Amino acid sequence: MTTNLNILSANLSKALSGKVVSLEERLGELTLVVNASDMLSVFTRLRDDADLRFEELIDVCGIDYSTYGSETSEDGKYLPDAPREGARFAVVYHLLSVSHNMRLRVRVFAQDDENPVLNSVAEIWSSANWYEREAFDLYGIIFIGHPDLRRLLTDYGFVGNPFRKDFPLSGHVEMRYDAAQKRVIYEPVTIEPREITPRTLREENYGRS
Amino acid sequence: MAEIKNYTMNFGPQHPAAHGVLRLVLELDGEVIVRADPHIGLLHRATEKLAEHKTYLQSVPYMDRLDYVSMMMNEHAYVMAIEKLAGIEVPLRAQYIRVMFDEVTRILNHLLWLGASAMDVGAMSPMFYTFREREALMDAYEAVSGARMHAAYYRPGGVYRDLPDSMPQYQASKIHNAAAVKKLNENRQGSLLDYLEDFTNSFPKYVDEYETLLTDNRIFKQRTVGIGVVSPERAMALGFTGPMLRGSGVVWDLRKKQPYEVYDHLDFDIPVGTEGDCYDRYLVRVEEMRQSNRIIKQCIDWLRKNPGPVMSDDLKFAPPKRESMKQNMEELIHHFKLFSEGFHLPAGEVYSAVEHPKGEFGIYLVSDGANKPYRMKIRAPGFAHLASLDEMAKGHMIADVVAIIGTQDIVFGEIDR
Repeated sequence: MTTNLNILSANLSKALSGKVVSLEERLGELTLVVNASDMLSVFTRLRDDADLRFEELIDVCGIDYSTYGSETSEDGKYLPDAPREGARFAVVYHLLSVSHNMRLRVRVFAQDDENPVLNSVAEIWSSANWYEREAFDLYGIIFIGHPDLRRLLTDYGFVGNPFRKDFPLSGHVEMRYDAAQKRVIYEPVTIEPREITPRTLREENYGRS
Repeated sequence: MAEIKNYTMNFGPQHPAAHGVLRLVLELDGEVIVRADPHIGLLHRATEKLAEHKTYLQSVPYMDRLDYVSMMMNEHAYVMAIEKLAGIEVPLRAQYIRVMFDEVTRILNHLLWLGASAMDVGAMSPMFYTFREREALMDAYEAVSGARMHAAYYRPGGVYRDLPDSMPQYQASKIHNAAAVKKLNENRQGSLLDYLEDFTNSFPKYVDEYETLLTDNRIFKQRTVGIGVVSPERAMALGFTGPMLRGSGVVWDLRKKQPYEVYDHLDFDIPVGTEGDCYDRYLVRVEEMRQSNRIIKQCIDWLRKNPGPVMSDDLKFAPPKRESMKQNMEELIHHFKLFSEGFHLPAGEVYSAVEHPKGEFGIYLVSDGANKPYRMKIRAPGFAHLASLDEMAKGHMIADVVAIIGTQDIVFGEIDR
């Protein structure tokens, strides 16, 4: 497997010369980072190059890095930590090459934290259609060129992007049936936020002597 | 001539053929589908967000509730991701137990799919047949984990406990008298392995029964042959995995191509279709059940001969033995820390995938070194399959949509997550 990864990383450097921001191997998995401006040409190359042939887009995953490496208090609030470097939102693509039996992870950061925008890869892989709708719904990342960018998983009329780190776990509204009005109504949540096990960070090899 | 306009029809979310809570908005030209727009998310529970607020161990039972017809396989991908990132070594016996229960789970899943999808196209009886065998396998789940479905049996570092030496017995009641109970308990006199072996010996006969009902059935073939055809190129572009991809003739199975656990020591074949229609996918899945049966047999043989630990002895991830916990301070501290703060994973990211009965089920974990995942993404096979419904159903009749939903093996627990 390691020799395969070496061949793959050599092929990647050759095919994408100049467009690789970083290429890293860990735990037998290759992670490629490319710029948002290059993403369409890189992804087309990844699919079509005879040495790469990533025919399948396995997964698209949005990530909000805004609280990366910070702990929480018992009411679930993130404790302020050292200022974060780099962009807030990223989208991670997992690719699979059936013909070469290889996997590749590609991460693309969205430059603008307030208004994250990336190009859609739905033209390259049809499976991106719903995955991008999901990332749009949960993170508010906009994919330019997507054929039909609608919310996918949340309720009709939902407000907000629930998987962003500043969106509380309990949400903002709760729903109940109102007997007087004879319809379902939305009200602000009455749940107190709490975190049973606070999020804690430990140094590496914690507890091992 | 009368003017005919396209009209739109709602299918579900409470339609018996919608396999759960699928709302399908169909745009029709007469009875022909012009556009199918699945509305999903009615079962969205934000499992991924919940996992960000739970320790790693607390999320294991959530995995069972994703694809709730193949419970242990979901756990498998999750614990494998943790083990890979933390570098935990899993004892060989635990790996065999996992593989054995993975295949039990595959049969469970395919049995439900077979019964339900046959019923979708009008065959009532297979449902009764398949649920008989499902019941037997559920009892194996119950014997090993205490739960018939939501097992929470796989844990980071191994499995929760070793296989039991005895099976639970039926008790005489108003419905079953002593003689009837004795007959029911006949195959439960030995250990779980004896029980499963008895099952694997009789199961091929049962599969023959299902095939007698369906494989050459004229009505079944009329409803499935040539329906929902997907070419191998499109299948890959649409992100198909598992039987959906193999039905289109692509030779791809993670158990063979990227073997995990002990699959490379086991002997089994991968069935592949040729036409890419619903009928081929049916044949692929039926053959997979026979192959799973073979794998279970091999695992039983190995497990009989090789006793040993089923949990890693790394106390930073695996709980200590009960006895030693009562006698040693250090074990007590480990136990307390594991179940209060939980273990920490090194910062980094990992993707682990298993060949789930429905396709590739993957867990992508991002850790920042805390006791909870920073981000967990579940790659559910059914999500990509359902996304292709529009393409697969276009140009077919309404009744064929039902057959296509059936062939996709849709379960909303994993699609909505």
